[in-house]
Amino acid sequence: MDITKVEELKKKANQIRQDILTEIYNAKSGHPGGSLSCADILSVLYFDEMNIDPNEPDKQERDRFVLSKGHASSALYAVLQEKGYVFEDDINSFRKMDSQFQGHPDMNKVPGVDMTTGSLGQGLSVANGMALAAKIDNKKYRVYCLLGDGELQEGQIWEAAMTSNKYNLDNLCVIVDCNNLQLTGKTEEIKSLNAENIAEKFESFGFNTIIIDGHNIEEIMSAFSKARENEQKPTVIVAKTIKGKGISFMEDNVAWHGKAMDEKEYKLAIEELKEEIRKNKVEK
Amino acid sequence: MEEVKKIATRESFGKELANFKNENIVVLDADLDSSTKTEIFKEKYPNRFIEVGIAEADMIGTAAGLATCGKIPFAATFAAFATGRVYDQIRTSIAYPKLNVKICGTHAGITVGEDGATHQMLEDINLMRGLPNMVVISPSDDVQTRKLMRKIAEYQGPVYLRLSRLKTPVIYEEDVQFEIGKAVQIGEGLDGTIFATGVTVSQALQAQEKLLEEGIDVRVVDVHTIKPIDEEIIIKCAKETGILVSVEDHNVIGGLGTTIADVLTEKYPKKLIKMGNNDCFGMSGKPEELMHHFGIDSESIIKLFKQKFHTSVNL
Repeated sequence: MDITKVEELKKKANQIRQDILTEIYNAKSGHPGGSLSCADILSVLYFDEMNIDPNEPDKQERDRFVLSKGHASSALYAVLQEKGYVFEDDINSFRKMDSQFQGHPDMNKVPGVDMTTGSLGQGLSVANGMALAAKIDNKKYRVYCLLGDGELQEGQIWEAAMTSNKYNLDNLCVIVDCNNLQLTGKTEEIKSLNAENIAEKFESFGFNTIIIDGHNIEEIMSAFSKARENEQKPTVIVAKTIKGKGISFMEDNVAWHGKAMDEKEYKLAIEELKEEIRKNKVEK
Repeated sequence: MEEVKKIATRESFGKELANFKNENIVVLDADLDSSTKTEIFKEKYPNRFIEVGIAEADMIGTAAGLATCGKIPFAATFAAFATGRVYDQIRTSIAYPKLNVKICGTHAGITVGEDGATHQMLEDINLMRGLPNMVVISPSDDVQTRKLMRKIAEYQGPVYLRLSRLKTPVIYEEDVQFEIGKAVQIGEGLDGTIFATGVTVSQALQAQEKLLEEGIDVRVVDVHTIKPIDEEIIIKCAKETGILVSVEDHNVIGGLGTTIADVLTEKYPKKLIKMGNNDCFGMSGKPEELMHHFGIDSESIIKLFKQKFHTSVNL
């Protein structure tokens, strides 16, 4: 594994986290917990894995990404900005009137957003449709779909999982951001969901299944590479993550599913992220 | 008497789908291809036919994904499952992003017949016309269905196509042209207008013929596009004719009648009599019996006109 690449992706993830916090702080609303939990996954997807060009956001041959857990929009906007997509508005107009950065992602407003999402449970079907289009046209592009663990309570996910399997969508890679929490509490308590049984469920639906630490850049990279080598089957990467990852007072705390920081909390959170960068430099 | 050729619009739909040369067209079905008639397309183009199984929500999402990649998906199932069951999937994944998906609901209305209330969709026009970006088409015969399908395929954006199981008479000659959003006026009668859509158009035409024998001269307006509604023809008929009646195989709440009333209220206030399902669920029976029971057959239209006409003349 390329050490410089790993360091670069860690730094990008750190920057994405800072952007997320700034967006939400300015909006005075949003979803920090589930956005922070997927920052490392998005960093690897956009800066290492996906074949995309910010100068040609609509290119036919590009890889596609569906953020099925649309409430993590602040993370998607952040990674698109860091990747160099050109926007009309500042991403800190997030959630404000007339901003292109709506509370949930709108494909017709933001270049680089491949699908409009917001109502949970629909993204996997859409990703299947994209993957099927590639198969019909004999195109090589791949489709990535990020699901929340709580989102798996939506029945449509399992309808879609059967379709991914039926059509042998090996050009599809699903990632479950398994942060163990949903709005009202633990996914384990609300619908008995945990990383292990989520992996088992997908396995029984015919998926190639990989469980990883969703904050370990090397593991994320290697999982994507295994998914690419896999043939005939769709892949699911069950990424064990921590909701609110990177901010001490938000980590694994259900209270930070959908609320903004006050000024003091915001400064503290940014300081923690900057400290992480300084620490990494010293260690090297 | 000459035997009238009858064909169900679902049949016309299935046959015409398979006639499309455009290779971007893909067809999705949810375990009903022999009923929706998409089986004809499946046999001809198996690579562009997607069977999702009994999973309508998944079908709508899959269609949306295909549309983002430049495909023109026609997603078909019974109207009840094509709209009500998947309203939120249509709203979030098709209507809001304005994706080029054609949602095809066959077996609309009480004319489904024996399957009964669960399968007799009487609220679909209401659901679909309430969605921004959605076009709602409800063709009346074989020719119109096929011609409008061509327009629907050319049109960029979401469309709901409402189709019927009941075999209905062929109304139009092969060379008649139709435009989305442009209703068709049949006859020039001044005593009244019957606005009809889908299966009720042929009933309205039968009523028109019988009423003329009784000295009541009405025109029929075939409103094949519920949204965008043809405001011009509604205002014109309201100005030119006496009694205004709408008749539909749908709940009178939120269907054709409501759509016309919306136009009249704002543009040319005038009374409209709404014939249709009176805010109740359907039931099992023969389509013809049910049409009579729910008051949307030609006899019911004739009865209403005779009653209203004589009342208005005597006044």
